[in-house]
Amino acid sequence: MSTEQNAKSMSIIVTKGALDQAYPPFILATTAAAMGLDVTMFFTFYGLSLLKKDLKLKVSTLGNTAMEMPMMGGHIAMPNVLAALPGASSLTTVMMKDLIKKNGVASIEELRELAVEAEVKIIACQMTLDLFDYKREDLIEGPELGGAATYIEVATKSDINLFI
Amino acid sequence: MADKKLDAKGLNCPLPILKAKKMLNAMEQNETLEVVATDPGAIKDFEAFCRTTGNTLLESQSEGGNYTFLIQRTG
Repeated sequence: MSTEQNAKSMSIIVTKGALDQAYPPFILATTAAAMGLDVTMFFTFYGLSLLKKDLKLKVSTLGNTAMEMPMMGGHIAMPNVLAALPGASSLTTVMMKDLIKKNGVASIEELRELAVEAEVKIIACQMTLDLFDYKREDLIEGPELGGAATYIEVATKSDINLFI
Repeated sequence: MADKKLDAKGLNCPLPILKAKKMLNAMEQNETLEVVATDPGAIKDFEAFCRTTGNTLLESQSEGGNYTFLIQRTG
């Protein structure tokens, strides 16, 4: 967290837990922290799974209607209907992880560690924890548990509020 | 000659910025950090990073796919 008195602040509501959808919140949070902002991330619904100790993130073509993957010098479309095939999400996950590695993009584990290190404040949604029957010990060390009111209090004081 | 150097070649957004920030944190005021990156997005990103954090971007050069930034810790 920034020590500057007039530091700007940002909050992000993280609602998605797929590999590709995990990137924007962690990239923005770590970068904002590096730029001196006080950052809070509120993990709720499928986003909460990004706080589990063991991440097994996947990419699905389902719902990602514009998805295409670079292949053999061109791009190949990954239509929604692919998701119905057995093993499709394993395939897209392998492809995505390969692209991530090839392009020097950080892993989600690495970005999460950098966020914790940069003292990004992490709030895990208590209701989601109960709803999906997670235990506190399934999650990494550090997050505080809170609900909507905890987040709203942060949001009222933040310069930037994002929902991802 | 910069006081510290950071090789961020092959790393993509936001790693060059995050690693540069980490090094700047450990440096004294007015010391300089040279960053070499290959991510073309780093050009605009280091400008924005320096403007926002109050650090000074002394130089920004591009040569043969390498982008070199000289940052003075003033923030």
